[in-house]
Parts: sequence; structure tokens; C-alpha cells
Amino acid sequence: MLKVTNSKISLDQLSAYRERCKEEFAQKADQVIILVGLGTCGIAAGGAPVMQAIQDELLVQAEAIKQRALDVVVRSTGCAGMCEAEVMVEVRRPGGHRTMYGQVKPDLAKRIFVEDVVGGNPVEDLIVHREEPGVKPGGVLAKQLRIALDNCGYIDPEVIEHYIARDGYTGLERALSGMSSQEVVEEIKRSGLRGRGGGGFSTGLKWEFTHKAPDEKKYVLCNADEGDPGAFMDRSLLEGDPHAVLEGMIIGAYAVGADEGYIYCRAEYPLAINRLRLAMKQAEEKGLLGENILGTGFSFDLHIKEGAGAFVCGEETALIASIMGARGMPSPRPPFPAQRGLWAKPTNINNVETWANVPRILARGSDWFAGIGTENSKGTKVFALAGRIKKTGLVEIPMGLTLREIVFDIGGGIQYDRPFKAVQIGGPSGGCIPESLLDTVIDYDSLIRAGAMMGSGGMVVVDETTCMVELARYFMKFVQSESCGKCVPCREGTKQMLSIMERIVSGKGEPGDIGLLEELSAVVKEGSLCGLGKTAPNPVLTTLRYFRHEFEAHVEDHRCPSGVCRALMNFFIDPEKCRGCTRCSRICPVGAITGESKKPHSIDADICTKCRLCLEKCRFEAIIV
Amino acid sequence: MSAIKLTIDGKELEVAAGTTILQAARELGIDLPTLCHDPELPPNGACRLCVVEVEKAKSLVASCVTPAAPGMVVHTESERVVRVRRSILSLLIANHPLVCITCEQTGSCKLQDYCYRYSVTENEYVGETKELPLDSSNAFFVRDMTKCILCGICVGKCQEIAGAGAIDFTMRGFITNVGPAYEDKIEDSTCVFCGLCIDSCPVGALVPKALIGKGRPWQVEKTKTICPYCGVGCGIYLQTRDNEVINVRPDFDSPVNRGHLCARGKFGWDYLQSKERLTTPLIRSEEVFVAVGWEEAFGLIVDNLKEIRSSFGPAALMGLCSPKASNEESYIFQKLFRSLGSNNVDSYSRHCHAPAVEGMTRAFGGAAMTNSMEELVSAEAIFLIEADPLKTHPIIGYRIREAIRQGTCLIAAQSEDTGLSDIASYYLQIKSGSAVALANAFAAVILEENLYNPKFINKRTEGFAAYSSSLGPEVVRRSLELTGINEEQLRSAARAFATANSAAIVSTAGGVAQEGGSLLVTALANLALLTGNLGRENCGLYLPYSENNLQGSADMGTLPALLTGYQPLREKTVRDHFSRAWKVELSEQPGLSAAALFSGYGNKTVKAMLVMGENPAACGEHREAVTEVLRNLNFLVVQEMFMTETAMLADVILPAAGFAEKMGTYTNVERRVQLNRAAIVPPGDARPDWAILTELAGRLGFKWEYESPEDISTEIAALTPQYAGISYERIGAKGLQWPCPHSEHPGSKYLYEGRFQRGLGLFTPISMDDQAKLLFSYEENRSAGKKTLCNCLSDSMRNRSVISKL
Ligand SMILES: Cc1cc2nc3c(=O)[nH]c(=O)nc-3n(C[C@H](O)[C@H](O)[C@H](O)COP(=O)(O)O)c2cc1C
Ligand code: SF4
Ligand code: SF4
Ligand code: SF4
Ligand code: FES
Repeated sequence: MLKVTNSKISLDQLSAYRERCKEEFAQKADQVIILVGLGTCGIAAGGAPVMQAIQDELLVQAEAIKQRALDVVVRSTGCAGMCEAEVMVEVRRPGGHRTMYGQVKPDLAKRIFVEDVVGGNPVEDLIVHREEPGVKPGGVLAKQLRIALDNCGYIDPEVIEHYIARDGYTGLERALSGMSSQEVVEEIKRSGLRGRGGGGFSTGLKWEFTHKAPDEKKYVLCNADEGDPGAFMDRSLLEGDPHAVLEGMIIGAYAVGADEGYIYCRAEYPLAINRLRLAMKQAEEKGLLGENILGTGFSFDLHIKEGAGAFVCGEETALIASIMGARGMPSPRPPFPAQRGLWAKPTNINNVETWANVPRILARGSDWFAGIGTENSKGTKVFALAGRIKKTGLVEIPMGLTLREIVFDIGGGIQYDRPFKAVQIGGPSGGCIPESLLDTVIDYDSLIRAGAMMGSGGMVVVDETTCMVELARYFMKFVQSESCGKCVPCREGTKQMLSIMERIVSGKGEPGDIGLLEELSAVVKEGSLCGLGKTAPNPVLTTLRYFRHEFEAHVEDHRCPSGVCRALMNFFIDPEKCRGCTRCSRICPVGAITGESKKPHSIDADICTKCRLCLEKCRFEAIIV
Repeated sequence: MSAIKLTIDGKELEVAAGTTILQAARELGIDLPTLCHDPELPPNGACRLCVVEVEKAKSLVASCVTPAAPGMVVHTESERVVRVRRSILSLLIANHPLVCITCEQTGSCKLQDYCYRYSVTENEYVGETKELPLDSSNAFFVRDMTKCILCGICVGKCQEIAGAGAIDFTMRGFITNVGPAYEDKIEDSTCVFCGLCIDSCPVGALVPKALIGKGRPWQVEKTKTICPYCGVGCGIYLQTRDNEVINVRPDFDSPVNRGHLCARGKFGWDYLQSKERLTTPLIRSEEVFVAVGWEEAFGLIVDNLKEIRSSFGPAALMGLCSPKASNEESYIFQKLFRSLGSNNVDSYSRHCHAPAVEGMTRAFGGAAMTNSMEELVSAEAIFLIEADPLKTHPIIGYRIREAIRQGTCLIAAQSEDTGLSDIASYYLQIKSGSAVALANAFAAVILEENLYNPKFINKRTEGFAAYSSSLGPEVVRRSLELTGINEEQLRSAARAFATANSAAIVSTAGGVAQEGGSLLVTALANLALLTGNLGRENCGLYLPYSENNLQGSADMGTLPALLTGYQPLREKTVRDHFSRAWKVELSEQPGLSAAALFSGYGNKTVKAMLVMGENPAACGEHREAVTEVLRNLNFLVVQEMFMTETAMLADVILPAAGFAEKMGTYTNVERRVQLNRAAIVPPGDARPDWAILTELAGRLGFKWEYESPEDISTEIAALTPQYAGISYERIGAKGLQWPCPHSEHPGSKYLYEGRFQRGLGLFTPISMDDQAKLLFSYEENRSAGKKTLCNCLSDSMRNRSVISKL
């Protein structure tokens, strides 16, 4: 019987080894597996004490467990994607019965242990999701399709055998069993996989360029810089299923003819980096990485490079410069990395999620993958769903789903059932899509047509309480401070645009400002060197396209229709409603409110700092904004 | 490579593949605006001002980084292009202090010129301008980063060319800046004050301190001339106003330096305007010097020289000539002494380079760097041994860096780290004094592994049998002990050297007057012969001299036993030839060398000396002995710019003109004869050395008819085979490299094609005992400084310049 062996495996032993892993880790009839979500989000929500509580309870309940002849196994796992439900604890019973509990605290963990694990009675009030064998999952997961995230929240990412037992390294096995590197490239081309890092370039075609480059020395890189504000898809993937990314890269290296690679990961992801390191060590021990992989003679040496976390370092030429120890600054393309990349050698660079799709495509075939999605966008895409939505978190959906389905069916609609206003996709490079376009389907081309872009997977839903102008200003501020400073249109142009946006939200907008913004947008888009600058005006442009009236209200009427831009608010007191209780004048920190007791008060607009304190104090709704 | 056809502004043209649109447009004479493009730096594409419209392309493209493609149709000034260009300029101007009225760059500022060209005025965008403190802490230049447009050229020059890495981009977004890390002052960075950044800045962000307030570009005169410091001989432009030098800019068209300089050339000229300049002749009266007129000074000199000559014979006269003197001056200097019947002419400074001369002469018959500096860039391998060219000859350092960028394999064997160590493909950290052992071990490995060049050895050399039998396996073993490197390092480096199709050897160790210097030069000459790396392009032996005209001075016969072009005095035909030309009888009595004089052999015979621009009393370890010799003379005349230690001992001091104050030619380390032009007139009564010598010769009774240095050069050409085809007219902007035997000859990039000066190249075995001894003598002499070339001469200039602060 196999125990976890550290010896190297050869290609012809791999499938037998996998079968043994499956046996070893298949859930036995008497087994109850408890999984605690210990990704960064789970840990942040207090996962460690929950884990401790469960471990403690395991000892406390030892007798009871023995009596019931149970075999209780406790494991950690990665993020399951349901952010607001962290800490998540799953109780998994043989045959595919899964009960997931959310917002678990140590005391609740005890309850789950006692009532469900030992007692067999699910704790109904804590359940966030449930799966039964043969029943299509409902709720959040109903419209999702998990390919990249398949193992996230399911396996223990620190145990390679778990990954192997879930058909891990099957793709690599297939690639190395008689497929030529050209054939692997073809397979990826046929699958229709496109880059998940933002640009959406055909992965197979990109591989082909590097494959065909004549150099002996080539590199493959994994872009795990994930700089979009609010994005965490790649982090969760690396934390929850590092081997998927490794396997993808090993296959990619074989296909393009590389023998060395780097994972460029932001240093703010220590857990991801640790899990990757561990995964690499395990893969090396098994002979899946390093010298003479699976005894086939193919070698691939992988390194991790920690990045300082600049957004622009996610741009591929800047990333390459950064790996080489230079300042992360983009350089002109051509030459493309496939021609002249890292250390001037042909280099193939893909995003974390792109890499994670690769082993699945190899394992299940390009036809399977190409069968999912739309005409020109195949497979799935992971999004980090955030904003004014009921269920935030990580979702993986098949291409072709509409925005409406994501927002309402998966996200559960808007908080407090307020009206939907827009969804911002693609972060600082993307744009907002209004209600009228809610039926836009998720695929690269329709999103571009709508003025946004797929981006790396940020999706922020906003309602009537969000000012679209302010949102655009926020992204402008972000790109301006993240501009590498190299090229004039981006460095100076975004600064000018930001000044104008700041002027507008502070009520100092001038009549020509919208025109100036449009003009500057054109220059920044047309003139900038890299994608950061070329897409920087997008948030402003889509806002101008779909929410021009909000812009105009700010500029012409000095009014913020959403009541968000403070500088544009005027506080005054309705003399009809004011009873002269003096609560407001007493709270006002700047003494802007005057009035005699029992007589209507008034606010001096010149002194008022719009701090809103009076608004909260008034019991008679006399203060009007 | 296949040609590419494209159309630019309606004109069709064909360019080579890889040509950018910018280059193609320039071929058509279209002047595309660029702010961040520099032809020698990697593609940048930052300013975006060079954008052009390419039909069918989605957006405008930056022409400086976009390769021309077949069938491209390009519009360089379309409405769309101009709109973007105007916006870019407006954006730059919006964040630029518009202080053109006081800016030193006004008139040669690219930003200003382009704004004018595209009618951009200041107020299209309003906005914040960045606020950054002025960095003027150092003695050399001011950095006003509020004017910086972040073109990045200075960063490229500093990192790629100079290799100083003093500055980089810092911060992000609007507050992006260029400067030393952590916003340090430039003085606290690794800046070497080469000035490369200054002369490439398109705006007025970087300004030499000396220039501030001294004149606007249109008020300034520019004179093309040659840097007076090291043997590289960089082309420079002296910027002058009202007879005052206010700045030096590099000559971007000079084949020597291609727009590069080091701190000495860029900033070291201010000694010319030093208050310490001598402005009148001085004669000693008791213990003080008294200012006199030229008449009186000449009278005194003539009387004394005549007196001494008749009392003690002509051999009582001796001349020391500076390797900073021009060719013409050096030539007439030795002519004067030989005409007086004395062959006692030499240069004391040359003494430091004796090992190089000795070693090279033994092996090849001639003592000059065999190949040109530019060829280093194309060498497949460079073996750098005990040299720090970035310090001693920065241009050679820059070329080596450039070579590495283009794929040259650098093998660096050093006992101390240099700026090139960490970019070497093979870095051998050897023990001090073990360089000879290493060079020999290379040879032994090459022999053992059959990597030598038998064809070259058979046809072009002699002495191979004795040499090869001196290189047994014990040489390798012993060298590992002496050098402290391991065998694998040794073998792989030796292989890399021997298997390169062209390999150059660079060392400055021959410039140190030590026993080991000559042995090392011999060992290196052996290596070059063994691998056939001589007599063709991109290889050779580079032992660059320290002083600007050390080469020329020797070429001009300021050597006791050699006339111009190394023609031996001992040969009667040579003597007769010169006697006829000079209309004087030449003595066959061999002259005294400077070394011999100062080591004591000659101090009894020599009674009177003329020292022209040398300062032996301040030079080297033997200062005191030298001073003693000079003090004991009956009569000492010194031609000088400053009251040097040597001048202090003189009976008569004659005020001499500086390099910027006279015309003449200098011959650099690659034998390139270049023209130096006068930019200002000398201070007070100071005169150029050639004029002083001519006058003196006349008063001594010789009928010289030189109206100008050019007349002298005509005579040099007539009497010097290597210089026969060289005339002021032909020298032009790029100089001419000797040998240049006739007036149609284009000059010679490298030496010894087909034949060495001595016929066959000579191998000279070096015994293992000799190598081993060196280790100890070096260890004892560590302080003698084996890699800083002797430039005591430059010191009298340097010490009176801002560069003394470096
Ligand atoms: C400013 C900027 C930031 C980027 N940041 C990222 C990033 O964080 N992660 C990523 O995968 N791709 C990022 N990209 C896209 C990469 O340049 C590159 O296209 C991508 O890594 C290619 O992989 P893919 O084809 O698998 O998407 C960024 C691009 C730009 C212009
Ligand atoms: S577009 Fe912005 S981030 Fe990209 S190179 Fe230009 S300045 Fe840098
Ligand atoms: S002077 Fe030379 S070393 Fe100093 S910053 Fe400029 S380029 Fe760099
Ligand atoms: S200092 Fe001058 S050369 Fe350097 S980046 Fe600024 S403008 Fe360019
Ligand atoms: S010159 Fe082309 S981008 Fe600056």
C-alpha cells in the first residue's frame, strides 16, 4: 500500500500512482472530513482559532467518535469563493454529501462538531450551501462552472496527492506520452483558450510564437502580479490549488521549448508564495518538476520572483524588466516577449488563471473545453464579485452568461433590494456598464463593444448610492499614481485628467471640462506606450458614454445626483420642520449653525464643512441636503 | 538582409530590415521631432513626440521604436499626428517652469524649439507643476529636476554607457523623478561626474556650474579641439566667450569618443583660467624670481647655453620634453638639441611606460597599441588583465561595456574589483602580482588543449619551440597556487579566449614602471602571437598610454637613440638624411636617457637643461634624487604654465600657452593624429612652446622658418615615413592613423598586417622563477599603485582644476 513516497515517479508509473492516491484519499464509508477554509481570506476572518477549536473538539469528543465508529479527518483547504461567508467549514460525508457552514466562530465550530459531525444533525441556521449526490447544486453555485477553481476549497492545497487524486498531472502525462510539443500547442489553439490576464490574446497562438522562435534558450513566466484594486482571483487560485498552475506551466514549457521559468508573484501574497514553494518542492520530489521530468528527459527549472507590488509590473515587459532586477518599466513592443523577452530570450508569459486552465484542457481534451462558452470566448472566467451586491466573492462562470445572471442569480441582487445602477468590469482599464446593457453576455468581444473589457476579473456592482463620476475619479487617481512615469501622455495626461476630475467632484467644474476630458482621453489612449496608459481613460470614457447626465449635473448644476460628492452638497434647514431643539448647533464642530432655542435654526454655507454630523443628530428631518 | 520598401510622405524608399520608421524618415531628410531618442541607447519610446500615422494601423505609432514594414504608408505631419504632438508638448509645458529667460539652455533647448515649431503656448492645460529641490551640492553641475521632462536619456547614458548607475527613475505617477536612489544628492551617489548625462539632456535640467551666467548658446564661440588629458584623445568643443573657456562639450562626430567624455575632459579645463598661470618670463635673482621681458630672458638663456656648450661640450646640454607637447613642439624640441650637437633628449614621464615599450618592441619591433579602440566593440572576446579602464581610459571602458552589450565575452583577471568585474563572463580574481603567471598558464592550457594557431605561428613568428617547451604542465599547477583561482576557472577562461575568432588583450600594467610590467607585456604579446590575434581587425594588444601625446612625442624622436618614426640614430644613412634636411651635422654619440640622468650616470656631464612642460621633481618615488640632480645643474630653463616643483628650481622660467591657446597635432593611443585648434589667446606674455623654441633656435643661430605649426608638420611628414601622408589639410575632423605613407593613404586602423616591424613576431619564454618573484615584489610594492597609470604630468593641471575634488 502506498504511503506518501518521496521517490521520483516515471511516466509509466504515474497513472498507477494516481490510482493509488485516489484509493488512499477516497472517502471511506466511515469517514467524515471536516474542511476549514484557510486561504488568506479565511485566515483573516479568524480561520486559525476555528481550526484550533475543531482540533480541540476532536480530542474532547474522542470517546463519542469511537463509540459511533467514525473516522474524523480534519483538513485545511483554500478559498471556496464565498467571501462574506468566511470562515467556512465544510462537513463532507461519503458519497458526495457536502454541508458548508459560513461565518463560523470557534464556539460555533464546536456546535457543528457536536451536532453535525458527531450527532449527524446539520446545524441548519449556519448552512450557506449544501450539495447532495446527483442533485445539481443550487444557490450561488447554480450557474457557476468550476474549471480553474475546480479544486479550490475542495482539496488540501498543501498535499500533492490530493491534487493527483483529482486527476492532477493527467494533462502533463498526456502531453509527455507521445505528443510532440507542436501537438500540444495545436491542442491549446484548438481549445480556444484566451489569456485571462486582461488582453484576451489567444493562448495557443502566443505559445506558437515562442515555440517557433529559433533560440535554444526560452522561458515561460507566470504573471501573478494581480495589481487591479480589489482583485484576488489569482491569489485564491494560487493558495487553493498551486499545482494546477505548476502543471500548466510545465506543460507550457514543454510546448514552447523552455527549460526555465519564473512565477512573478506580488510579495503581499505570502501564503500563496509559501504554498507555491511547497508545491514546487513536492513536485520536484515526485519527479514532476526539475531535471528529467517523469524520466522523459524533459527538464524544467522553476523559480519564484517576488514583486514589490506595483500595478504596472503586471504589464509583461515591465514584469520582465523587474525579474531582471531593473525598475519595472514597460518597453516598446515589438519586440514582443516571444521574440525577445527575459534576458533577451524568447519568453511566453501567461496569467495564473490561464495557466490553471491548461492542465484541464490537456486532460479532458480541447473539444470539451471548446464546447463551453461562446463563439469566440471559450471556457470560463473567474470574477471577484464585489460592491453593493448581496453575495460577494469569487465566482467562476462559463462564458456567455449575461451580466444580469451574474448580478441577480449568482450575486443575489442588490443589497437592500435597491435599484441596480451599473457594473464596473475590468477595473482601472475597464469601464462601467449600465442597466440597459445588463443582458450583455460575458465574452471578450461583447465587453469591448460595450466600452469595458474582461480585464483580469474585477467586477464591482454599484447602486444608486454610488456616484459614477466619483467612481471614475477613483480609478483615474489609481492609474495616475501607478503610472510608471515613462511616457508623457500617461504620466502628464492622466494627471491633467485627474485634476479635472477632482475639480468636477469638488464642484469647481468648468463648462469646457467635459470636452477637455474627451480630448485628453484621446491623446492618452492614442499616445501612451503601454496598456496602462492606453486603457487609463476607459473608466472616464464609459462614464461619459452611459452616465453623461451625471457628469453634466456635476459640472453645470454643481450637483451630485447620488448625493455622494460632499463638496457639491448644500446643507440647509427647513424652517417648517425645525423645532429649534439646538441639538444640531451644539454638535456642529465649526459653529456653522446658529439660531435661538425654540426658533428655526440656519446653517451658514460658507462655514459648513459638510461633515453630516447635524444630519444624524436632527430628529425632525429638518436638515436637507 | 532583405530590403523593405515603404512610402513616407508620398516618397518611396527602400531600407534594410530592422530600420525604424524614424531612421527611414531621416534618410529622406524628414526632421521628425524626438525628445527621448538617442541612437546609442536601447529603444525607449517614452516621449511619444515622434508619433506618425501609419495607414491601416489602429493607432499612431512611435516612429523611433517601430520597425519599417513592407508596403507601409507613413504620414509624418498629418493633422492627427500634429494634434497629438501639440497635446504632448502642451502636457509637458503644463508641468514645466517657463523660465526660459534665465535658462542656460535657451536657444538650444529641444522642448523650446518644438513648442515653437508646433506653436504651442503655455496655457492649453493648467495644472500643478512638480516641486523638487535643486541639487547643486557638488562642484560640477546643477540638477534642476523641475525642468526635467523625464526623457530618460541621462539614465541610459549613466547606466548603459558610463556604467556608473548613479541615477534611475524613482517614484511613480506624476511625482516620477530621475536621480540617485532614495532621492540622495548626486554627490552621495556612485556618480563619476563623466558629464555624459549633461551633454545629452534635451532641456536645461542639467547644467555645468561653470557655465551658469556665462553666456547663451548664440553668444558662445565653439572650437573643435582635443582633450589634453589621457592618451585617448577625445574630440571636444571648447565653448568660449570673451577669451574665456566657459564649457566643454564632447564632439559627437569624433570617431574616438563619439560624444563621450570623462570628468577630466568635461570639467578639467578650468586650470587654463587659474590665477596661478605664469604670465611673464621670470629669472632667478638670488632666491626670488623677477619678472622680465622676453628679450632679457632669451638673452640670458642664449648666453648660458652657448657658454656651457663651449666650456663643457654639446653633451653638457640636455632637454626633457613633455608628452603633453604637440607633435610639432616635440619635433622641434629634439631638433633643437640635436642641432646643438646633443642627443640628450627624452621625456621623464615616458619612463613610466618603459615596460610597455620594451616588451612590445622586443616582440614586434614597434611600441604602439596594435589596434583601434573602436575595434574592441566588435571583438569576440576581450581579455582584460590588471586594468581598470573605466578609471584610467574611460572611453576604452565604455567601448568594452558596449562590446559586452553586443555579446562580446569579457574575461577579466584582476587583483582588485573594477567597474567591469561584475559584467565579465569570466571573472578571475587573482592575487596581486600573479598576472604573469596567469597569462603564462593561459598559454600552457592553450598549448595543451591544442587551441593555438599553428598557421600564424609558422608564417609570422619565431622562437616558438623554446617558448612552447617552457610551458609544461607544471606551469598550470604553479599558476593555480600563485593566482589563487581553481583549474576549472583557468581552463574555461583560457578556452573562451583561445576559441574566439578575434580576441583583444587590454592591460594598463605596462604603464607602471616596475619589473613585472615588462614581463607581463611580454607574456601578453606571447599570448597574442600564440593565438594569431594580431595583424587583423578586432583583436590585438591594447596597452594604452596615459598621457595625451605620449605616442606622438615618441613618434617625433624625443628619444635619445631614435629620430622621428623610430629611425635609429646609430645608422649613418639616417643621420645623413637628417643632417642634409636640417643643414646641421648630427652627432653620433648616443644620447642620455632621463632614467640614466636621474639614476646618477649623467649628472656629472650634464650642466644645462631645458625642461619643456615636465615636472620630474614632483613625479614618482625618485622625486628627491631628481630634485638633487636638477639643483646641481649650472643652468636650468623651464617652459611652464605654472610654478611647478621643477620650475621652482629653474634659473629662467618661460610662461607657456595651454592646449586651448595654441595649434598643433597630437597622436593618440591608437596612432590617430588629430588637430588641436586654438580657441583663446594665452594670458599675459605667455607663448606657445613651438613659438618659444623657434625664437630660441633663431637666437642660437639656426635659420628655422616656421610661421606656424603647420609649417613644422610639413617638415615632419617629409622626414617621417609613418607620417608621410599626413597634413593638416588631410587630418580633417576625424584625424589620420599612422602608418600613413603617402598623401592618398587612408591611414591604418591596425598594425602588422602581413609583417611585424621587426619582420617576424618573437616569442620570449618567461621562467617560472621570474613569475614567482613578482608575487613578492608586488606584495611589497602594493602602494605603488599598479593600475592607476602614472599621470604626474596631468597633476599640475588637475591640481588647479575642479576635478582635483574627485
Ligand atoms: C498595466 C497593466 C497591468 C497588468 N497587470 C496584470 C496582472 O496583474 N496580471 C496579469 O496576469 N496580467 C496583467 N496584465 C496583462 C499582461 O501584460 C499580459 O498581457 C498577461 O499577463 C498575459 O497573460 P495572458 O495572455 O494569459 O492573459 C497587465 C497589463 C497591463 C497593461
Ligand atoms: S503608459 Fe503609463 S505605465 Fe505605460 S509606459 Fe507609459 S507612463 Fe508607463
Ligand atoms: S555625470 Fe556621469 S556618472 Fe554622473 S550621473 Fe551623469 S552620467 Fe551618471
Ligand atoms: S534630466 Fe534631462 S536627460 Fe535626464 S531625464 Fe530629465 S530631461 Fe531627460
Ligand atoms: S523620440 Fe520616439 S518616443 Fe521619444
